[in-house]
Amino acid sequence: MDILDILVIILLLTGLFFFLGGAVGIIRMPDFYSRLHPAGKLDTLGIFAMVTGFAVYNLHHFSIESLLLSIKMFLIVFFVFLSSPTATHSIVDAGMRAGLRHWTKKKRKG
Amino acid sequence: MITFFLSVALGLLFLMLFSIYRALFGPTVLDRLIGVNAIGSKTVVLLLLIGFLYERVDMFVDIALAYAFLNFIAVLAASRYFHKRKGLYEESFMD
Amino acid sequence: MTVSNNGTAGDPGRPDTRFKTFFSFLITFVLLFLSWLVLSGKFEPLLLWLGAISSFFVAYYFYDLLFPDLESNYAGISFRFICYVPWLIWEIIKANFHLLYLAFHPRMKDLIDPHIITFKTNLKSDIAITTLANSITLTPGTITVTATSDGVFKVHAIDRPSAEALPGTMLEKVAKVFGEQI
Repeated sequence: MDILDILVIILLLTGLFFFLGGAVGIIRMPDFYSRLHPAGKLDTLGIFAMVTGFAVYNLHHFSIESLLLSIKMFLIVFFVFLSSPTATHSIVDAGMRAGLRHWTKKKRKG
Repeated sequence: MITFFLSVALGLLFLMLFSIYRALFGPTVLDRLIGVNAIGSKTVVLLLLIGFLYERVDMFVDIALAYAFLNFIAVLAASRYFHKRKGLYEESFMD
Repeated sequence: MTVSNNGTAGDPGRPDTRFKTFFSFLITFVLLFLSWLVLSGKFEPLLLWLGAISSFFVAYYFYDLLFPDLESNYAGISFRFICYVPWLIWEIIKANFHLLYLAFHPRMKDLIDPHIITFKTNLKSDIAITTLANSITLTPGTITVTATSDGVFKVHAIDRPSAEALPGTMLEKVAKVFGEQI
């Protein structure tokens, strides 16, 4: 048990916590526009934290192959950071074109 | 460390159940799409974990990368397909 | 003689254009070959040659897709963009905790107040608008609904505080990265 292992454990638990927040948010939010907020963002940060943890764990036995593997893992993170806003935007666009109204507080009071 | 990875993988599977609820019972088609997308982003991490458990990360990292691409394209294609579908808001607005 | 002289003088940008084409071809080739190296992970001569040949052909035919106009200063933009990314990640982490607090709050439906705001910016280039739209979407609490090419943004915000922070600092930073007026 050295300091790198502890760092990996902290990163993985952080990622798991973000994923938990995303899942709870998807269940609890009132309409689908607000559901997109936890779904798109918390999952992105969860992937970022967990894959960073894996990359650090992978660099434990340092060699050129493990370095390449870690670079590949960061390629996944890079791609997710590019694609997740695009996917979110595309879902919102589909909802807007279909004419779904968004949930507001006033409607609930009235 | 392997035990820890295994428990993290089980935790991820448990979290997928939440999203499966949304994918099965979501009031609109787009809610289901959100659920499927959330499951996909957890699957990418799960594939890496499986790679560590089987000690074949070099293979599973490629699978995870391909899965991330595929997930993105699936969401894009599905949401393009549901443009201007009038059936979208008939099953919506449960309040 | 004079005609040919006039011909070369009337076309002063010609060698310059050729140089720019070659330069964008070179950048595309290097990027493609680097991604081949990372994705393949093997350094046998045969695989290296195959990668070099295929990246050469792809870069030869599609060099103008990645860098359409080399008029703008790509080196400065990429440097400033790399400086912008850590700030963005820090901003994402800060705002994610806010969203976590919202998701776990017992009386969440009193806290959130979803509404759509519209604002106009003076950003001109497509890549600046795309970067701003993706940054807004990545920052939790706000999702870009539409972003038109004249710089009009429609943003869905989940509560008042995340909506109030909106056009301010992020717009300034993006405009500075791409060298545009606000």
